[in-house]
Amino acid sequence: MTAPPYGPALDLVTRVRGVRGAMLVSGDDGIVVAEQLMEGIKGSAVAALASSLAARLRRAMEAAGVGASLFWHLQCDQGGLLVVPAPSGVLIVAVAEPDVNVGLVRLELLRAAEAVG
Amino acid sequence: MTTRAVEAWTLEPLVTFVKEASARLVLVMTSAGQVMAQHGFSRAVDVMSAAALGAAIMASTDEIARQLAQPPFAALNHQGDRHGIFLGAVTTGRGKLVVLVVYDLDVSSLGLVQLFFEQLTADLQAASPKEGVSKQVLAADFERELSDSLNTLFGR
Repeated sequence: MTAPPYGPALDLVTRVRGVRGAMLVSGDDGIVVAEQLMEGIKGSAVAALASSLAARLRRAMEAAGVGASLFWHLQCDQGGLLVVPAPSGVLIVAVAEPDVNVGLVRLELLRAAEAVG
Repeated sequence: MTTRAVEAWTLEPLVTFVKEASARLVLVMTSAGQVMAQHGFSRAVDVMSAAALGAAIMASTDEIARQLAQPPFAALNHQGDRHGIFLGAVTTGRGKLVVLVVYDLDVSSLGLVQLFFEQLTADLQAASPKEGVSKQVLAADFERELSDSLNTLFGR
């Protein structure tokens, strides 16, 4: 059995200018699977809260009858959180600066999700 | 669901933890199984059983760690189909306390419980009286003390 390519998957995201860190988070548990974060970002807190939010968003999407969540972006005044759920249930999370190229980060998050499986 | 405490200083940290972590049941007890606060239990017999079992599990894992020449395990988690059980230890001015948390997997997660358990630990440490351990319960007084505690924990 080959280990999933977690490091290279995160590299795809963190190489984008304006990304302050990326994480793979177990969607069910809210636990960090792998992370590449700049100093000062509380990875375990972001992971726990992002997974809780993802679970609630999933229910909201189901209730609205619009299918599964593919990508979400929370824009804040000092940055943002961008998340793509992988088919395995792992969340690929990026913490970004406010002026980041959201389209490029989304693309890399989707590629990372494909790599993680 | 009601949150009640035998020792008042444990109440506010516990209420905050329950709210933030969306915990279903919580017990704060001494390592001997003496309950200091509870949330969500409706029957005294359940509190006594959970406290005894939680304290026994912590004692067992402490012994396993001792035999492995390791420091005691900081926390334990058991995950079932619908619920998770988390056991963690907190060192306070009143000695070592054990916290037992039961959470529903569809409203909370291990990550959330771990995250807010760190906050609970800090809050309990800050709130605990510093004058040393609480008085020993003598065998002769045990039944009365237990009865008083359970009355407080269930608002009787």
